[in-house]
Amino acid sequence: MEQRYVLLENVQKVFDTRSGRFVALRDVNLAVRQGEFVSIIGHSGCGKSTLLNLISGLTESSGGVLVCAGREIAGPGPDRSVVFQNHSLLPWMTCFENVYLAVERVFKSQEAKADLQRRTHEALELVGLVHAAHKYPHEISGGMKQRVGIARALSMQPKVLLLDEPLGALDALTRAHLQDEILRIVAATGCTTIMVTHDVDEAVLLSDRIVMMTNGPAATIGQILDIDLPRPRQRLELLQDPRYLCLRGEVLRFLYERQDRAA
Amino acid sequence: MAVVKLKAKVEMSKHVDAHAAPAVEAGAAAAVQKNLPLLPRYAPQLLAALRYVVPPALGLVLFVLLWAQISTLSGLPGPVKTWDSAQQVFGNPFYQNGPNDQGIGWNVLHSLARVAIGFGLAALIGIPFGFMIGRFTFLNRMSAPIISLLRPVSPLAWLPIGLYVFKEAQPAAIWVIFISSIWPMIINTAVGVTRVPQDYLNVARVLRLNEWKVFSKILFPAVLPYMLTGVRLSIGVAWLVIVAAEMLTGGVGLGFWVWDEWNNLNVEHIIIAIFVVGIVGLLLEQALVLVAKRFEYQG
Repeated sequence: MEQRYVLLENVQKVFDTRSGRFVALRDVNLAVRQGEFVSIIGHSGCGKSTLLNLISGLTESSGGVLVCAGREIAGPGPDRSVVFQNHSLLPWMTCFENVYLAVERVFKSQEAKADLQRRTHEALELVGLVHAAHKYPHEISGGMKQRVGIARALSMQPKVLLLDEPLGALDALTRAHLQDEILRIVAATGCTTIMVTHDVDEAVLLSDRIVMMTNGPAATIGQILDIDLPRPRQRLELLQDPRYLCLRGEVLRFLYERQDRAA
Repeated sequence: MAVVKLKAKVEMSKHVDAHAAPAVEAGAAAAVQKNLPLLPRYAPQLLAALRYVVPPALGLVLFVLLWAQISTLSGLPGPVKTWDSAQQVFGNPFYQNGPNDQGIGWNVLHSLARVAIGFGLAALIGIPFGFMIGRFTFLNRMSAPIISLLRPVSPLAWLPIGLYVFKEAQPAAIWVIFISSIWPMIINTAVGVTRVPQDYLNVARVLRLNEWKVFSKILFPAVLPYMLTGVRLSIGVAWLVIVAAEMLTGGVGLGFWVWDEWNNLNVEHIIIAIFVVGIVGLLLEQALVLVAKRFEYQG
């Protein structure tokens, strides 16, 4: 296992706004192991999504080094697939076609059409949506849309899966259900995953480590917390686990004591 | 008139079909149980249908009455006289007595052909151009002053330019249609391109799709509804302008027919022409609304 699969060194991001330079992120240093699940948590406006966009390449960094699997990150690419907060499925394509678009882009040069279709089918199977393959996004629920988004991202067999508040727009019950789903999928694929979230329970439940961001402007990593809870994890069992409560308390303390802010 | 009434009937029957089926079953069941008379079962549907049919019908009746009243005061041909004349006109729509005396059918077809050519050329140039100025900011800023300057120009002001360049009436009329119907297509397409949600483009960037895939899978479907709005506005403008253009350029066509009948002082025919222009315009519009509905998507 590569210890420094995703590597950020002295990363900073400066936006040139009308009212002058705005330093969003500074001195971000982070190394993510291959196969690791890392959550980035912080108050809104702390630049956690910006950090994810830097790793995905959708935003260009203003300084520092970003490396993924031994190569410098220069622009977005299918090796770092993103699940967007608002699913971003193309509304004029069925779920199958949405996933197929990604599969086709990545594997078309090496595989026959039947293989591409099989991959698409498998991706939908992984998120349990084969029955909705030929529905359009507006015909399915928000949770299902997000699952298609995850299927699309995973179908590309990315080196790193980037989740940008993937469950932020869902109701609490659907959210819990999908967290379990992500837990299962990550265990099944072993994909290196970086997730932005503002949900403490979600972060503790899913992650191997939680990266806690200080408040912006000029946000940086405040603390990194190891979540050494054994896997597989069960939501209900964890609730009675003193270690879980302790870790959860530590994240909350960071967010509300050390980085508290008037909303 | 006939077409309008027909349309109202079609709408009525559609309405009854859509709502009657489950209610009829329920009503039938109720009738079996309670042995009710036939009429009340259909009463709610009938009332609902009437609510859709009565107001437009009343509007048309009032319009005809007002027209009759005005005609007695001003000496314009009234509805009855016009109706008689229309029966003759539509009785033989495709006669040909030389270039200046042809049936109403030919006139409509010639006008439609001119609109189709002028509008088709405008779409062929306007839509790709709209895509380009929507995609490339530089091009947008470059063409913005020219578009704002030329767009408000009255269509007929372009006619002399066309006549001078083409030396002939027919291409000049087409030129006027072209230049006046191109703007809504350019502008709506360009606006559509700039309104493509950033999320979709981010998907394209993460997948690193090539330009053709971005266009065919993302840009084009996202822009299509805007584009079709532009097309609808354009065809409306084209149909508005054709009558005026043909009045000035001559040749077979509705505009020329109106002018010719004015010279003959055949006012009934002018009124008939007005109805024909209105109805054809309405049909064009409705056809494009149907096309647009086909391509709507729900985000």
